[in-house]
Amino acid sequence: MPPLHPYIPLTDEDRRAMLATVGVSSTNELFADIPAEHRDPTLDLPRALSETELMREIGAMAARNRSTGELPSFLGAGAYCHYIPSVVDHIIRRGEYLTAYTPYQPEISQGTLQTIFEFQSMVCELTGMDVANAGMYDGASALAEACLMACAVTGRNRIVLLDTVHPHTIDTVRTYAGGHDITVDVVAQGDISLNSDAACLAVQQPDFFGCIEDIASLGTDAHDAGALFVVSADPVSLGMFRPPADYGADIVVGEGQPLGVPLSFGGPYVGLFACRDQFVRHMPGRIVGRTRDLEGRTGYVLTLQTREQHIRRERATSNICTSQQLVALAFTVALCTLGKQGLRRMAELCYHKAHYAAERIAALPGYELVTDRPFFQEFVARCPIAPAEVNRRLLERGMIGGYDVSDRIDRGILLCFSELHTRDEIDALVDALGALA
Amino acid sequence: MSGPARPDFGATMSFDLSRPGRVGCTLPPLDVPEAPLPDATLLRDELTLPELSQLDVVRYFTRLSQLNYSIDTGSYPLGSCSMKYNPKINEDIARLPGLAQLHPLQTGETTQGALALLFELQRLLAEITGMDDASLSPAAGAQGELAGILVTRAYLHANGGGKRRVVLVPDSAHGTNPATAAMAGFEVRSIPSDAQGNMDIAALETALDDEGHAVAALMLTLPSTLGLFEQRIVRIAELLHEHGALLYGDGANMNAMLGRVKPGDLGFDVFHLNLHKTFSTPHGGGGPGAGPIAVKAHLAPFLPTPHIREAEGNGQFVLATPERSIGRLGLFHGNFGVLVRAYTYIRSLGADGLRSMSEAAVLNANYVQARLRDAYRLPYDRRCMHEVVFSGSRQKAKGVRTLDIAKRLIDYGFHPPTIYFPLIVDEAMMIEPTESESKETLDAFCDAMLAIAREAEESPDVVRAAPTNAPLRRLDEATAARKPVLRWRAEDG
Repeated sequence: MPPLHPYIPLTDEDRRAMLATVGVSSTNELFADIPAEHRDPTLDLPRALSETELMREIGAMAARNRSTGELPSFLGAGAYCHYIPSVVDHIIRRGEYLTAYTPYQPEISQGTLQTIFEFQSMVCELTGMDVANAGMYDGASALAEACLMACAVTGRNRIVLLDTVHPHTIDTVRTYAGGHDITVDVVAQGDISLNSDAACLAVQQPDFFGCIEDIASLGTDAHDAGALFVVSADPVSLGMFRPPADYGADIVVGEGQPLGVPLSFGGPYVGLFACRDQFVRHMPGRIVGRTRDLEGRTGYVLTLQTREQHIRRERATSNICTSQQLVALAFTVALCTLGKQGLRRMAELCYHKAHYAAERIAALPGYELVTDRPFFQEFVARCPIAPAEVNRRLLERGMIGGYDVSDRIDRGILLCFSELHTRDEIDALVDALGALA
Repeated sequence: MSGPARPDFGATMSFDLSRPGRVGCTLPPLDVPEAPLPDATLLRDELTLPELSQLDVVRYFTRLSQLNYSIDTGSYPLGSCSMKYNPKINEDIARLPGLAQLHPLQTGETTQGALALLFELQRLLAEITGMDDASLSPAAGAQGELAGILVTRAYLHANGGGKRRVVLVPDSAHGTNPATAAMAGFEVRSIPSDAQGNMDIAALETALDDEGHAVAALMLTLPSTLGLFEQRIVRIAELLHEHGALLYGDGANMNAMLGRVKPGDLGFDVFHLNLHKTFSTPHGGGGPGAGPIAVKAHLAPFLPTPHIREAEGNGQFVLATPERSIGRLGLFHGNFGVLVRAYTYIRSLGADGLRSMSEAAVLNANYVQARLRDAYRLPYDRRCMHEVVFSGSRQKAKGVRTLDIAKRLIDYGFHPPTIYFPLIVDEAMMIEPTESESKETLDAFCDAMLAIAREAEESPDVVRAAPTNAPLRRLDEATAARKPVLRWRAEDG
């Protein structure tokens, strides 16, 4: 009998008593349905570690990385480092949230259910849309599901994406469309032709290169062609910029990570998903509604479940089960703590810091800004040398540089700024860039 | 469930607690010159968000949390969900700054530690499942299923099987299986179960003959959602392969098998894992999870991107795109924070620990089966694996439904089992104790179930009125769906 492990409480005495109740002499008999020739294979795994050893060994792996906690970073491009109020982690570490399952028993799950209702409400307020779901895997899969939903709503099978959507998101849309007879067209803004077969026009705001524009006319174009207008929006930018509902969006998605969620090497994040009332029964994912209990008290339940896989099986709107709930909770608590003033302030700080950096970098010999369009917290600068080399030399100076977009824009680097950057850090970046020219 | 919750706590949301001018945090001052704002047509006027003090926020969310049942507060025998203990060290490790503060687009030279961890986890999962390679990209079990079926589809297309349009799914399958097959563009054909709870092999053979060369794959959960090990699994794999189709494994129930059998040895071509079930990462009230897929060598070229590889020559780990990849499933590399927790868990148990874990999980389920078999109908009277499925049909005859039994368990202080699933069992109750629960807890649970069975005979109204010892009584779900209220609105408050 192996020694006890802290995660397995059965003692030898327990086992003996339980085996007797079951009516077998050893646990091996319980595995008798497994074909004998394949039973009990060798498992080549490293030996078990104590907590002390785990922390030492995995801590050493973590220490081999150089993170944004250690070095100033100017990387954005889909994942953003913002201030996370301390409150957030203290709340999401509570076992009552952390170790609960999907709230299938509403009488003992009101904590999770009411926070989902908070999340849905806040996503609606931010985007200006009528309804939102409880969350998707991330912003990219949210846009992919939005495009599939547009196909289902319109009965059409052509997805049109602007080429300024994040390239990884475009790839994700292609993967999701891959199983169907659906065409994915990626077009430049000047070359949009929607015709009568387009299910949607999908755009990102701010776009992949950081620019933000009046895109109401694109919404009109989509609607004139009978297509849905799908907008992927950054939630922090919505602290100061117009919500997509104002410029005609039918479905709004977004990456929730910038609010309350650590970078964590790319996940877990949470996808935002909101739409107009008339499409709610086409929406994928979990939705919570408000109702009453037998005694008339207000309560919350999972609702409109006939859209979902566990009821509708192969006719479901999607196969998704999860709603990235704990991450959605982090988003909700962060937004509650930042509040009306905090979110606006955060957005404005990002805007001003990025513009200060842009002005200084544009003034450096050998550098130029690639666009004169308005931007939020990111912009592309053209470097005098290859961006990969720029980043390498910035790292030597203890900085994580920008995202190399030279495959799209000649010698282009996408730089990102937030409320977390001090003027000194920005000046140090500018000095370092200047020294490379 | 303690705490000073108000009688109608649900009526008050953060928006209702808001008072103009209150703030929950401060942001740093502006230390650069203000830039001119863009054209006013781009800017928003009104933004409705709560204005709360920091303590308001803490109290609101703390009180709400106290309305939740959780593993940390009690036993949670929810079938097919593996509601096991979620170790605290996993949380600490996932929050190490060198992991939690890593940007996904940093260059390889600054992320070798993270890539090494992922590379090692790919290997560990392939070893545990007896497969040749693995992908960590899928963000959840359902996305793992989608990835696995798209990989299957891509493989068949590349090997002359492009016309295979049917995916077979047993009638005991979880709803994600048929939904996934449909999402990947396949038609779904259901295969019945036999009287022992195995797949009906004759029906499978008929389906394979009927559909000719149209069958792409069978999606099979092992052990099944009945908690039973498919005794003829090797023959099933052979049948599919003889017909040029693949065997997809749904690993939601892998907790029964660690170190006891490797799915790869049984003939599975692709197998997904739910790290939030078998590998202890917290369910979080419904995510985030992670749903890696493990595959045999012939499917490896089709895995999603990115895939972690060791570069030849310098031993550096890199994010690579497999030669014929189905593409990307999300913005970055999957749910890294979840993967770190699962990696920590595997390292904390080792091979022997994983084996004893499955052994204890299976023993616990069989013990519950033995203790409850006289009180509740056992539709498939066999030894079970990590979970046991009962039917509430006897109690239904007395006017007490499985839903009532579930709600009454709440009064006894337990989370109910999974109910009304699998669909092929009338009034189903699917109980999965997991290895985390002690004999004392299992006994208390069984005592409660036996007491409820007696109540169903003697005082059925008590059972039907349950729960009465929970934050709320039963909720009106019909009205919620008929007249949906899905968000807070200022005018309602």
